[in-house]
Amino acid sequence: MKHLLSIGDLEPSGILSILDTAKQLSLVSDGPMKKLPTLRGRTVVNLFFEDSTRTRISFESAAKRLSADVINFSAKGSSVSKGESLKDTAQTLQAMGADAVVIRHSASGAAQRLADSGWISAHVINAGDGTHEHPTQALLDAYTIREKFPELVKDFAGLEVAIVGDILHSRVARSNVLLLNKLGARVTLVAPPTLLPVGVESWGVNVSYNLDSIIAKMDVVMMLRIQGERMHDSFFPSAREYSRNFGLDSVRLASLKSKAIIMHPGPMNRGLEISAEGADSLKSVVLSQVSNGVLVRMAVLYQLLASADEIESVESVEKVAK
Amino acid sequence: MNLILKNARLVDNSIVDLRISDGKIVEIGSEFEADSSSTSITTTHDLSKDLLLPGFVDLHTHLREPGREDSETVATGSLAASRGGFTAISPMANTFPVADTAGVVEQVFSLGKEAGLCDVFPIGAVTEGLAGKQLAELVAMADSKAKVRIFSDDGKCVFDPLLMRRALEYVKSFDGIIAQHAQEPRLTVDAQMNEGKISSKLGLTGWPAVAEEAIIARDILLAEHVGSRLHICHLTTAGGVELVRSAKARGIQVTAEVTPHHLLLTDDLVMNYDPVFKVNPPLRNESDVNALRAGLADGTIDIVATDHAPHPSEDKDCEWQAAAFGMLGLETALSVVVKAMIETKLIDWSKLVDVMSINPARIAGYSEHGQKIALGSIANLTVIDISSNWTVDRNKMASKSKNTPFHGMSLPALVKKTFFNGKLVHDLVGGKQ
Repeated sequence: MKHLLSIGDLEPSGILSILDTAKQLSLVSDGPMKKLPTLRGRTVVNLFFEDSTRTRISFESAAKRLSADVINFSAKGSSVSKGESLKDTAQTLQAMGADAVVIRHSASGAAQRLADSGWISAHVINAGDGTHEHPTQALLDAYTIREKFPELVKDFAGLEVAIVGDILHSRVARSNVLLLNKLGARVTLVAPPTLLPVGVESWGVNVSYNLDSIIAKMDVVMMLRIQGERMHDSFFPSAREYSRNFGLDSVRLASLKSKAIIMHPGPMNRGLEISAEGADSLKSVVLSQVSNGVLVRMAVLYQLLASADEIESVESVEKVAK
Repeated sequence: MNLILKNARLVDNSIVDLRISDGKIVEIGSEFEADSSSTSITTTHDLSKDLLLPGFVDLHTHLREPGREDSETVATGSLAASRGGFTAISPMANTFPVADTAGVVEQVFSLGKEAGLCDVFPIGAVTEGLAGKQLAELVAMADSKAKVRIFSDDGKCVFDPLLMRRALEYVKSFDGIIAQHAQEPRLTVDAQMNEGKISSKLGLTGWPAVAEEAIIARDILLAEHVGSRLHICHLTTAGGVELVRSAKARGIQVTAEVTPHHLLLTDDLVMNYDPVFKVNPPLRNESDVNALRAGLADGTIDIVATDHAPHPSEDKDCEWQAAAFGMLGLETALSVVVKAMIETKLIDWSKLVDVMSINPARIAGYSEHGQKIALGSIANLTVIDISSNWTVDRNKMASKSKNTPFHGMSLPALVKKTFFNGKLVHDLVGGKQ
């Protein structure tokens, strides 16, 4: 694997391999020496054209726990705000010796452009591109699901997952739908029709406009952050109306299966898409998602950077042997 | 200057010789020899049974001059046109400054004369600055040296229905025509590509077919109401074709165009986010392409127009959302139409001449173009090798820009020569240049 751009590029075995690697790394992280020397001397650049402190910190800790050098490049206050292009920024980073570029960008497809255009030779990791994908979020969600449902080792067959909220603008939803479908889960998208994309019928999922009608049979309920400003574009009339129909309130919380879990990619709008009871309930795995995020990102960096090297060194040894 | 064209194949498959004198076809027959008694020099071109057609006419070109000479000039665009077999092109008004005054259209017109490779008949803006607020001085442009007959805010839709009605009415006094870029602005805020299966997966804001069709439907009703001529630019949707078809059946004076790229390419090409496929209106899906082809074949769509839209590399070498809309078209138009329409047996060469030469000249009133190959006709001609293929190379374009979506594609039909007013302006010797 050269880049991680889309969950669509991964085979189910590749997904499971990342999750297994993350599991192994968790054993190290739980030990006395949290840091591994694996990526010593490697440089990972966090190239963030959009503010996202959480995701940046998560990637930063992942890289540092593998002993990589980390450069944080935030578009704000940099040359990008003076009109520098993505191409020039990328080539500047390349010239500084970046081995991997973790990119967050407001334009859908920006990570793929960076990887395909020939501008740079570094590995590219998509940390969220516009309303397209956020593959490491889907991977950490899958890791968290596996943790809570340990019987799901080889796939997610039979697992009922609801993704609730602004599907139209959600990169988290797109990556999760791809991943959950690949692992055989049954996905139901729940949203008002205005927040579902035209073409969603091609996604291979169920669609519901009514959270109450499906919530009781779900194993996983994934709540998406809803942006209040969407109501200015008439996606819904008011935050209150949205919350009444699609918020995870105490009544809906009570109707969940006993073993069901509540997920949220964060940051949460308490009182809007999720009530405080929901956010703080024992069913909520939001904090596990955060800590698993570091593990999964370590696994991705490890597989992209370290294993490429290992394969190389194995090959060179074989050549010498011949 | 006299010319003899030997062994020219006409669309009826006959092989003839033609004598051209003072820019006109003066004799059609066989076995012509240079007239040794004549004092003027005669040049003979043996066309070796290649197809001789009337020069093509493009009613939708972007030449970028004045203002963006880094991407195209009138001269480089004229060269691209002559290489594509065009003898007349109509550059759109979205230059800097906008072609909304007699001064700007005359400037573009005279730059075309200077280049001397084809006629450059500018299109005037409908509204001042393409802003959609106030009519531009349309009669001043019509009465200028450029004799503008087509007006368009192309790139922007004349959205205000009252303004559109007035524009349609106003140009009746000089048999002008309004060419509408049909795009409902509120339904296409930040739109990036065709709205559908692919846009839902890519997370790109959709440009729905209904945004085109809503304006077409409205403007057809307006044209009917005021009895004016309406031209619909770059039709892209099956629904749009159906609206035009039914309007024509009701006798409304509406004409429509389709671009070569919308006849061949579909929105699944966007999957890799390469902005060379970013165009407005966007690439649609296969059923739209089939409807456009059927519409062109049955006469619902009157003409092919290129929407040739050069952009400098920095406007395409970037992320999709930051990229400019538009594709090159002049140098590949014929070949793409042959691939989409003739190789599929939907039309024959005679129909191709209708949609690429005769009909556009008639719609615009370019009387010196789109003439049948006959005695007395102006020698605006192009010569096509219909049996050879060529591979598109963006680095070998006459255009100043490289944004062709057909790069690397093997296409049929070579434009071997172009004659403009009896003068050889393009001569392909030994393969595609």
